Amino acid sequence: MFKVFLQVVSKELKGAFRRQSDILNPVWFFIIVVTLFPLGIGTDPILLARIAPGVIWVAALLAALLSFERLFKDDFIDGSLEQLMLMPHPLAWLVSAKVFAHWLLTGLPILFISPLLAIFLSMETNTYFALFLTLLIGTPILSLLGAIGVALTVGLRKGGILLSLIMLPLSIPILIFSTLAIDAAAYGQSYLGLLALLGAMLVTSITLAPFAIAASLRVSVS
Amino acid sequence: MLRCEKLTCVREDRVLFKDLSFVIKPGEIVQVEGPNGVGKTSLFRLVIGLSLPYQGDIFWQDTPITDDREHFYQKLLYLGHKTGIKPELTALENLQFFQKLQPSHKNLDLWEILAKVGLAGYEDIITAQLSAGQQRRVALARLWLNDCPLWILDEPFTAIDKSGVKVLENLFLQHAAQGGIVLLTTHQDLSLDKKHLSKIILEKPQDNFYV
Repeated sequence: MFKVFLQVVSKELKGAFRRQSDILNPVWFFIIVVTLFPLGIGTDPILLARIAPGVIWVAALLAALLSFERLFKDDFIDGSLEQLMLMPHPLAWLVSAKVFAHWLLTGLPILFISPLLAIFLSMETNTYFALFLTLLIGTPILSLLGAIGVALTVGLRKGGILLSLIMLPLSIPILIFSTLAIDAAAYGQSYLGLLALLGAMLVTSITLAPFAIAASLRVSVS
Repeated sequence: MLRCEKLTCVREDRVLFKDLSFVIKPGEIVQVEGPNGVGKTSLFRLVIGLSLPYQGDIFWQDTPITDDREHFYQKLLYLGHKTGIKPELTALENLQFFQKLQPSHKNLDLWEILAKVGLAGYEDIITAQLSAGQQRRVALARLWLNDCPLWILDEPFTAIDKSGVKVLENLFLQHAAQGGIVLLTTHQDLSLDKKHLSKIILEKPQDNFYV
Protein backbone atom coordinates (compact mmCIF):
# COMPACT_ATOMS: atom_id res chain seq x y z
CA MET A 1 0.00 0.00 0.00
CA PHE A 2 2.69 2.51 1.00
CA LYS A 3 4.90 1.23 -1.78
CA VAL A 4 2.23 2.25 -4.27
CA PHE A 5 1.99 5.69 -2.66
CA LEU A 6 5.76 6.19 -2.86
CA GLN A 7 5.88 4.98 -6.47
CA VAL A 8 3.29 7.53 -7.56
CA VAL A 9 5.05 10.32 -5.62
CA SER A 10 8.45 9.46 -7.06
CA LYS A 11 7.08 9.30 -10.60
CA GLU A 12 5.52 12.74 -10.15
CA LEU A 13 8.72 14.23 -8.74
CA LYS A 14 10.86 12.66 -11.46
CA GLY A 15 8.57 14.09 -14.13
CA ALA A 16 8.51 17.50 -12.51
CA PHE A 17 12.28 17.75 -12.21
CA ARG A 18 12.58 17.07 -15.93
CA ARG A 19 10.38 20.11 -16.60
CA GLN A 20 11.68 22.57 -14.11
CA SER A 21 9.98 25.63 -15.52
CA ASP A 22 6.66 24.15 -14.46
CA ILE A 23 7.58 23.83 -10.81
CA LEU A 24 9.55 27.05 -10.63
CA ASN A 25 6.76 29.13 -12.15
CA PRO A 26 4.40 29.29 -9.12
CA VAL A 27 7.26 29.82 -6.67
CA TRP A 28 8.70 32.52 -8.88
CA PHE A 29 5.29 34.18 -9.10
CA PHE A 30 5.02 34.07 -5.31
CA ILE A 31 8.41 35.75 -4.85
CA ILE A 32 7.68 38.43 -7.44
CA VAL A 33 4.31 39.38 -5.92
CA VAL A 34 5.71 39.63 -2.40
CA THR A 35 8.81 41.59 -3.40
CA LEU A 36 6.83 44.06 -5.48
CA PHE A 37 4.78 45.17 -2.48
CA PRO A 38 7.56 47.03 -0.62
CA LEU A 39 8.52 48.67 -3.93
CA GLY A 40 4.99 49.79 -4.63
CA ILE A 41 3.89 50.80 -1.17
CA GLY A 42 7.06 52.25 0.22
CA THR A 43 9.48 51.10 2.86
CA ASP A 44 7.60 52.12 6.00
CA PRO A 45 8.37 49.11 8.27
CA ILE A 46 5.25 49.49 10.42
CA LEU A 47 2.91 49.56 7.44
CA LEU A 48 4.72 46.64 5.79
CA ALA A 49 4.67 44.53 8.93
CA ARG A 50 0.93 45.29 9.22
CA ILE A 51 0.05 44.08 5.72
CA ALA A 52 2.68 41.33 5.48
CA PRO A 53 0.55 38.34 6.61
CA GLY A 54 -2.22 39.21 4.16
CA VAL A 55 0.19 39.79 1.30
CA ILE A 56 2.06 36.55 1.83
CA TRP A 57 -1.10 34.52 2.19
CA VAL A 58 -2.85 36.04 -0.83
CA ALA A 59 0.29 35.49 -2.88
CA ALA A 60 0.51 31.88 -1.68
CA LEU A 61 -3.14 31.33 -2.58
CA LEU A 62 -2.71 32.75 -6.08
CA ALA A 63 0.51 30.81 -6.61
CA ALA A 64 -1.31 27.63 -5.63
CA LEU A 65 -4.13 28.48 -8.05
CA LEU A 66 -1.56 28.98 -10.80
CA SER A 67 -0.05 25.56 -10.18
CA PHE A 68 -3.25 23.53 -10.06
CA GLU A 69 -3.78 23.37 -13.80
CA ARG A 70 -1.00 20.88 -14.27
CA LEU A 71 -2.05 18.60 -11.42
CA PHE A 72 -4.27 16.39 -13.60
CA LYS A 73 -4.28 18.18 -16.96
CA ASP A 74 -1.08 16.71 -18.39
CA ASP A 75 -2.05 13.26 -17.20
CA PHE A 76 -5.45 13.68 -18.80
CA ILE A 77 -3.90 14.68 -22.12
CA ASP A 78 -1.34 11.87 -22.36
CA GLY A 79 -3.70 9.19 -21.07
CA SER A 80 -1.88 8.38 -17.84
CA LEU A 81 -4.89 9.59 -15.85
CA GLU A 82 -6.99 6.85 -17.46
CA GLN A 83 -4.30 4.31 -16.67
CA LEU A 84 -4.18 5.55 -13.07
CA MET A 85 -7.94 5.07 -12.82
CA LEU A 86 -7.57 1.51 -14.11
CA MET A 87 -5.02 0.52 -11.49
CA PRO A 88 -6.06 -2.26 -9.14
CA HIS A 89 -5.67 0.08 -6.16
CA PRO A 90 -8.15 2.47 -4.54
CA LEU A 91 -8.29 5.63 -6.63
CA ALA A 92 -8.58 7.82 -3.51
CA TRP A 93 -5.22 6.51 -2.32
CA LEU A 94 -3.55 7.08 -5.68
CA VAL A 95 -4.82 10.64 -5.95
CA SER A 96 -3.68 11.39 -2.39
CA ALA A 97 -0.19 10.49 -3.54
CA LYS A 98 -0.52 12.87 -6.46
CA VAL A 99 -1.75 15.67 -4.23
CA PHE A 100 1.07 15.04 -1.78
CA ALA A 101 3.61 15.28 -4.61
CA HIS A 102 1.93 18.48 -5.74
CA TRP A 103 2.30 19.94 -2.25
CA LEU A 104 5.96 18.93 -2.14
CA LEU A 105 6.47 20.84 -5.38
CA THR A 106 4.47 23.97 -4.58
CA GLY A 107 3.70 24.26 -0.87
CA LEU A 108 7.07 23.24 0.46
CA PRO A 109 9.15 25.68 -1.64
CA ILE A 110 6.89 28.49 -0.41
CA LEU A 111 7.59 27.44 3.17
CA PHE A 112 11.32 27.48 2.52
CA ILE A 113 11.26 30.88 0.91
CA SER A 114 9.00 32.50 3.48
CA PRO A 115 11.80 33.51 5.96
CA LEU A 116 13.44 35.58 3.26
CA LEU A 117 10.17 37.26 2.37
CA ALA A 118 9.40 37.89 6.03
CA ILE A 119 12.60 39.95 6.16
CA PHE A 120 11.59 41.88 3.02
CA LEU A 121 8.35 42.79 4.77
CA SER A 122 10.10 43.51 8.10
CA MET A 123 8.10 40.99 10.11
CA GLU A 124 9.09 40.23 13.68
CA THR A 125 10.27 36.81 14.72
CA ASN A 126 7.21 35.67 16.61
CA THR A 127 4.88 36.93 13.87
CA TYR A 128 6.97 35.10 11.32
CA PHE A 129 6.78 31.94 13.40
CA ALA A 130 2.99 32.16 13.35
CA LEU A 131 3.07 32.76 9.60
CA PHE A 132 5.25 29.70 9.13
CA LEU A 133 2.89 27.53 11.16
CA THR A 134 -0.20 28.72 9.28
CA LEU A 135 1.53 28.11 5.95
CA LEU A 136 2.62 24.68 7.12
CA ILE A 137 -0.94 23.73 8.01
CA GLY A 138 -2.73 25.80 5.37
CA THR A 139 -0.90 24.95 2.13
CA PRO A 140 -1.75 21.22 2.25
CA ILE A 141 -5.42 22.17 2.67
CA LEU A 142 -5.14 24.38 -0.39
CA SER A 143 -3.62 21.52 -2.38
CA LEU A 144 -6.35 19.10 -1.33
CA LEU A 145 -9.24 21.50 -1.98
CA GLY A 146 -7.73 22.65 -5.24
CA ALA A 147 -7.42 19.06 -6.39
CA ILE A 148 -11.19 18.61 -6.05
CA GLY A 149 -11.73 21.63 -8.28
CA VAL A 150 -9.15 20.40 -10.80
CA ALA A 151 -10.70 16.94 -10.83
CA LEU A 152 -14.10 18.47 -11.60
CA THR A 153 -12.81 20.65 -14.42
CA VAL A 154 -10.15 18.41 -15.97
CA GLY A 155 -12.31 17.32 -18.90
CA LEU A 156 -13.24 20.86 -19.85
CA ARG A 157 -11.39 22.75 -22.53
CA LYS A 158 -11.17 26.04 -20.67
CA GLY A 159 -11.56 25.00 -17.07
CA GLY A 160 -9.28 27.67 -15.60
CA ILE A 161 -11.86 30.30 -14.74
CA LEU A 162 -14.35 27.76 -13.47
CA LEU A 163 -11.58 26.27 -11.34
CA SER A 164 -10.86 29.58 -9.64
CA LEU A 165 -14.59 30.11 -9.07
CA ILE A 166 -14.86 26.73 -7.35
CA MET A 167 -11.59 27.09 -5.54
CA LEU A 168 -11.66 30.62 -4.10
CA PRO A 169 -14.77 30.37 -1.89
CA LEU A 170 -13.45 27.13 -0.44
CA SER A 171 -10.10 28.64 0.41
CA ILE A 172 -11.38 31.86 1.97
CA PRO A 173 -11.83 30.31 5.47
CA ILE A 174 -8.19 29.24 5.44
CA LEU A 175 -7.13 32.73 4.46
CA ILE A 176 -9.25 34.30 7.21
CA PHE A 177 -8.14 32.02 10.02
CA SER A 178 -4.49 32.16 9.00
CA THR A 179 -4.34 35.93 8.89
CA LEU A 180 -6.27 36.12 12.18
CA ALA A 181 -3.71 33.82 13.78
CA ILE A 182 -0.83 35.91 12.48
CA ASP A 183 -2.50 39.13 13.66
CA ALA A 184 -2.97 37.61 17.10
CA ALA A 185 0.72 36.72 17.16
CA ALA A 186 1.61 40.28 16.15
CA TYR A 187 -0.34 41.63 19.16
CA GLY A 188 1.34 39.09 21.41
CA GLN A 189 -1.85 37.11 22.03
CA SER A 190 -2.18 33.35 22.01
CA TYR A 191 -3.11 31.99 18.58
CA LEU A 192 -3.24 28.30 19.45
CA GLY A 193 -7.02 28.17 19.15
CA LEU A 194 -6.92 29.49 15.59
CA LEU A 195 -4.15 27.06 14.71
CA ALA A 196 -6.26 24.25 16.15
CA LEU A 197 -9.13 25.31 13.88
CA LEU A 198 -6.81 25.22 10.88
CA GLY A 199 -5.55 21.83 12.04
CA ALA A 200 -9.14 20.58 12.20
CA MET A 201 -9.67 21.77 8.62
CA LEU A 202 -6.51 19.96 7.57
CA VAL A 203 -7.56 16.70 9.20
CA THR A 204 -11.02 16.93 7.66
CA SER A 205 -9.66 17.60 4.21
CA ILE A 206 -7.02 14.87 4.44
CA THR A 207 -9.65 12.30 5.35
CA LEU A 208 -12.46 13.40 3.03
CA ALA A 209 -10.93 15.22 0.07
CA PRO A 210 -9.31 12.12 -1.54
CA PHE A 211 -12.74 10.50 -1.88
CA ALA A 212 -14.19 13.68 -3.34
CA ILE A 213 -11.27 13.91 -5.78
CA ALA A 214 -11.68 10.28 -6.84
CA ALA A 215 -15.43 10.67 -7.33
CA SER A 216 -14.96 13.90 -9.29
CA LEU A 217 -12.42 12.23 -11.56
CA ARG A 218 -14.79 9.35 -12.25
CA VAL A 219 -17.42 11.90 -13.29
CA SER A 220 -15.25 14.14 -15.43
CA VAL A 221 -13.20 11.48 -17.20
CA SER A 222 -16.29 9.49 -18.26
CA MET B 1 -15.71 -14.41 -19.61
CA LEU B 2 -16.88 -10.95 -20.51
CA ARG B 3 -20.62 -10.48 -20.89
CA CYS B 4 -22.41 -7.31 -21.95
CA GLU B 5 -26.17 -7.14 -21.76
CA LYS B 6 -28.37 -4.69 -23.61
CA LEU B 7 -25.88 -1.85 -23.59
CA THR B 8 -27.15 1.51 -24.70
CA CYS B 9 -24.70 4.33 -25.11
CA VAL B 10 -25.77 7.93 -25.34
CA ARG B 11 -23.38 10.73 -26.21
CA GLU B 12 -24.46 14.38 -26.32
CA ASP B 13 -28.14 13.33 -26.39
CA ARG B 14 -27.53 11.06 -29.36
CA VAL B 15 -27.88 7.29 -29.27
CA LEU B 16 -24.68 5.65 -30.49
CA PHE B 17 -25.86 2.08 -30.13
CA LYS B 18 -28.81 0.44 -28.49
CA ASP B 19 -29.41 -2.96 -26.86
CA LEU B 20 -25.97 -4.29 -27.71
CA SER B 21 -25.38 -7.70 -26.12
CA PHE B 22 -22.43 -10.01 -26.56
CA VAL B 23 -20.41 -12.62 -24.72
CA ILE B 24 -16.69 -13.11 -25.17
CA LYS B 25 -15.29 -16.41 -23.94
CA PRO B 26 -11.70 -17.19 -23.01
CA GLY B 27 -9.56 -17.82 -26.06
CA GLU B 28 -11.39 -15.43 -28.37
CA ILE B 29 -10.04 -12.53 -30.36
CA VAL B 30 -12.79 -10.06 -31.14
CA GLN B 31 -12.50 -7.10 -33.45
CA VAL B 32 -15.00 -4.27 -33.20
CA GLU B 33 -15.64 -2.82 -36.62
CA GLY B 34 -17.48 0.20 -37.88
CA PRO B 35 -17.04 3.63 -39.43
CA ASN B 36 -15.62 6.57 -37.50
CA GLY B 37 -17.88 8.02 -34.86
CA VAL B 38 -20.00 4.89 -34.52
CA GLY B 39 -19.01 4.42 -30.88
CA LYS B 40 -16.14 1.93 -30.81
CA THR B 41 -14.10 3.88 -28.27
CA SER B 42 -17.26 4.68 -26.30
CA LEU B 43 -18.05 0.97 -26.17
CA PHE B 44 -14.57 0.23 -24.83
CA ARG B 45 -14.85 2.93 -22.20
CA LEU B 46 -18.10 1.37 -21.03
CA VAL B 47 -16.56 -2.10 -20.92
CA ILE B 48 -13.62 -0.95 -18.79
CA GLY B 49 -15.86 1.04 -16.48
CA LEU B 50 -14.45 4.48 -17.23
CA SER B 51 -17.91 5.65 -18.20
CA LEU B 52 -21.27 4.27 -17.21
CA PRO B 53 -23.79 2.92 -19.72
CA TYR B 54 -27.08 4.73 -20.21
CA GLN B 55 -28.69 1.33 -19.88
CA GLY B 56 -27.41 -2.21 -19.59
CA ASP B 57 -24.86 -4.15 -17.57
CA ILE B 58 -21.35 -5.44 -18.02
CA PHE B 59 -20.20 -8.57 -16.24
CA TRP B 60 -16.76 -10.04 -15.77
CA GLN B 61 -17.02 -13.67 -14.58
CA ASP B 62 -20.68 -12.98 -13.72
CA THR B 63 -19.92 -10.04 -11.40
CA PRO B 64 -20.87 -6.52 -12.49
CA ILE B 65 -17.58 -4.74 -13.13
CA THR B 66 -18.38 -1.71 -11.00
CA ASP B 67 -19.06 -3.93 -7.95
CA ASP B 68 -15.43 -4.78 -7.49
CA ARG B 69 -13.35 -2.50 -9.64
CA GLU B 70 -10.05 -3.44 -8.05
CA HIS B 71 -10.54 -7.12 -8.76
CA PHE B 72 -11.61 -6.45 -12.35
CA TYR B 73 -8.66 -4.11 -12.97
CA GLN B 74 -6.25 -6.80 -11.86
CA LYS B 75 -7.43 -8.82 -14.82
CA LEU B 76 -7.59 -6.00 -17.33
CA LEU B 77 -5.04 -4.38 -19.57
CA TYR B 78 -6.38 -1.42 -21.51
CA LEU B 79 -4.43 0.56 -24.06
CA GLY B 80 -6.32 3.52 -25.45
CA HIS B 81 -5.80 6.08 -28.18
CA LYS B 82 -3.80 7.99 -25.64
CA THR B 83 -1.04 5.67 -24.62
CA GLY B 84 -0.60 6.64 -20.96
CA ILE B 85 3.13 7.00 -21.46
CA LYS B 86 4.66 10.03 -19.72
CA PRO B 87 6.63 12.02 -22.31
CA GLU B 88 9.14 13.36 -19.79
CA LEU B 89 10.16 9.92 -18.51
CA THR B 90 12.32 7.42 -20.35
CA ALA B 91 10.91 4.23 -21.85
CA LEU B 92 12.44 2.22 -19.05
CA GLU B 93 11.05 4.45 -16.28
CA ASN B 94 7.58 4.36 -17.80
CA LEU B 95 7.53 0.57 -17.84
CA GLN B 96 9.04 0.32 -14.37
CA PHE B 97 6.18 2.42 -13.02
CA PHE B 98 3.56 0.04 -14.43
CA GLN B 99 5.56 -2.96 -13.33
CA LYS B 100 5.69 -1.75 -9.75
CA LEU B 101 2.10 -0.60 -9.52
CA GLN B 102 0.34 -3.48 -11.19
CA PRO B 103 0.61 -6.89 -9.58
CA SER B 104 -0.31 -8.44 -12.93
CA HIS B 105 2.90 -7.15 -14.49
CA LYS B 106 5.54 -9.82 -14.17
CA ASN B 107 8.99 -9.16 -12.90
CA LEU B 108 10.67 -9.61 -16.26
CA ASP B 109 13.81 -7.98 -17.50
CA LEU B 110 12.63 -4.73 -19.05
CA TRP B 111 15.72 -4.33 -21.22
CA GLU B 112 14.89 -7.61 -22.91
CA ILE B 113 11.29 -6.61 -23.48
CA LEU B 114 12.22 -3.23 -24.90
CA ALA B 115 14.60 -5.03 -27.25
CA LYS B 116 11.72 -7.30 -28.25
CA VAL B 117 9.56 -4.35 -29.29
CA GLY B 118 12.45 -2.92 -31.29
CA LEU B 119 13.56 -0.25 -28.86
CA ALA B 120 17.03 -1.59 -28.09
CA GLY B 121 19.30 1.38 -27.59
CA TYR B 122 16.40 3.74 -26.83
CA GLU B 123 15.83 2.64 -23.22
CA ASP B 124 17.27 5.74 -21.62
CA ILE B 125 15.92 8.33 -24.02
CA ILE B 126 13.07 10.55 -22.89
CA THR B 127 9.96 9.28 -24.65
CA ALA B 128 9.03 12.76 -25.91
CA GLN B 129 12.04 12.51 -28.22
CA LEU B 130 10.94 9.18 -29.72
CA SER B 131 8.83 8.94 -32.88
CA ALA B 132 5.08 8.35 -32.69
CA GLY B 133 5.51 4.69 -33.60
CA GLN B 134 8.24 4.21 -31.02
CA GLN B 135 6.11 5.84 -28.32
CA ARG B 136 3.29 3.46 -29.20
CA ARG B 137 5.76 0.59 -28.95
CA VAL B 138 6.68 1.62 -25.40
CA ALA B 139 3.00 1.32 -24.46
CA LEU B 140 2.63 -1.96 -26.35
CA ALA B 141 5.60 -3.39 -24.46
CA ARG B 142 3.18 -3.81 -21.57
CA LEU B 143 1.52 -6.61 -23.53
CA TRP B 144 4.63 -8.73 -22.99
CA LEU B 145 4.87 -7.77 -19.35
CA ASN B 146 1.45 -8.58 -17.98
CA ASP B 147 -0.47 -11.76 -17.35
CA CYS B 148 -3.96 -10.23 -17.44
CA PRO B 149 -6.49 -12.46 -19.19
CA LEU B 150 -8.42 -9.53 -20.69
CA TRP B 151 -6.76 -7.21 -23.18
CA ILE B 152 -8.76 -4.29 -24.50
CA LEU B 153 -6.86 -2.42 -27.18
CA ASP B 154 -8.17 0.67 -28.91
CA GLU B 155 -6.39 1.07 -32.24
CA PRO B 156 -3.20 -0.69 -31.13
CA PHE B 157 -1.69 -0.60 -34.63
CA THR B 158 -1.70 3.19 -35.05
CA ALA B 159 1.73 4.27 -36.29
CA ILE B 160 3.07 0.71 -36.13
CA ASP B 161 4.92 -0.66 -39.17
CA LYS B 162 3.94 -3.84 -41.05
CA SER B 163 6.40 -6.14 -39.36
CA GLY B 164 5.29 -4.80 -35.98
CA VAL B 165 1.65 -5.60 -36.82
CA LYS B 166 2.68 -9.14 -37.70
CA VAL B 167 4.45 -9.57 -34.37
CA LEU B 168 1.41 -8.27 -32.51
CA GLU B 169 -0.96 -10.61 -34.37
CA ASN B 170 1.16 -13.54 -33.34
CA LEU B 171 1.14 -12.30 -29.77
CA PHE B 172 -2.68 -12.11 -29.84
CA LEU B 173 -2.88 -15.69 -31.10
CA GLN B 174 -0.54 -16.82 -28.37
CA HIS B 175 -2.57 -14.94 -25.76
CA ALA B 176 -5.82 -16.47 -27.01
CA ALA B 177 -4.23 -19.93 -27.03
CA GLN B 178 -3.47 -19.48 -23.34
CA GLY B 179 -7.12 -18.72 -22.66
CA GLY B 180 -6.91 -14.95 -22.83
CA ILE B 181 -9.35 -12.54 -24.42
CA VAL B 182 -8.37 -9.84 -26.89
CA LEU B 183 -10.91 -7.14 -27.73
CA LEU B 184 -9.62 -4.63 -30.23
CA THR B 185 -10.49 -2.05 -32.83
CA THR B 186 -8.49 -1.36 -35.92
CA HIS B 187 -9.10 -0.07 -39.42
CA GLN B 188 -6.37 -2.30 -40.82
CA ASP B 189 -7.10 -5.70 -42.29
CA LEU B 190 -5.93 -8.36 -39.93
CA SER B 191 -4.38 -11.45 -41.43
CA LEU B 192 -5.93 -13.69 -38.76
CA ASP B 193 -8.27 -16.32 -40.19
CA LYS B 194 -11.94 -16.61 -39.33
CA LYS B 195 -11.35 -19.49 -36.96
CA HIS B 196 -9.50 -17.21 -34.59
CA LEU B 197 -11.10 -13.87 -35.18
CA SER B 198 -14.70 -12.91 -34.58
CA LYS B 199 -16.18 -9.50 -35.22
CA ILE B 200 -18.68 -7.16 -33.66
CA ILE B 201 -19.93 -4.81 -36.34
CA LEU B 202 -21.36 -1.51 -35.22
CA GLU B 203 -23.52 0.37 -37.68
CA LYS B 204 -24.83 3.87 -37.69
CA PRO B 205 -28.41 3.68 -36.39
CA GLN B 206 -31.00 4.20 -39.14
CA ASP B 207 -33.12 6.47 -37.05
CA ASN B 208 -30.49 8.67 -35.46
CA PHE B 209 -32.95 9.70 -32.82
CA TYR B 210 -32.46 11.82 -29.77
CA VAL B 211 -33.43 10.99 -26.22
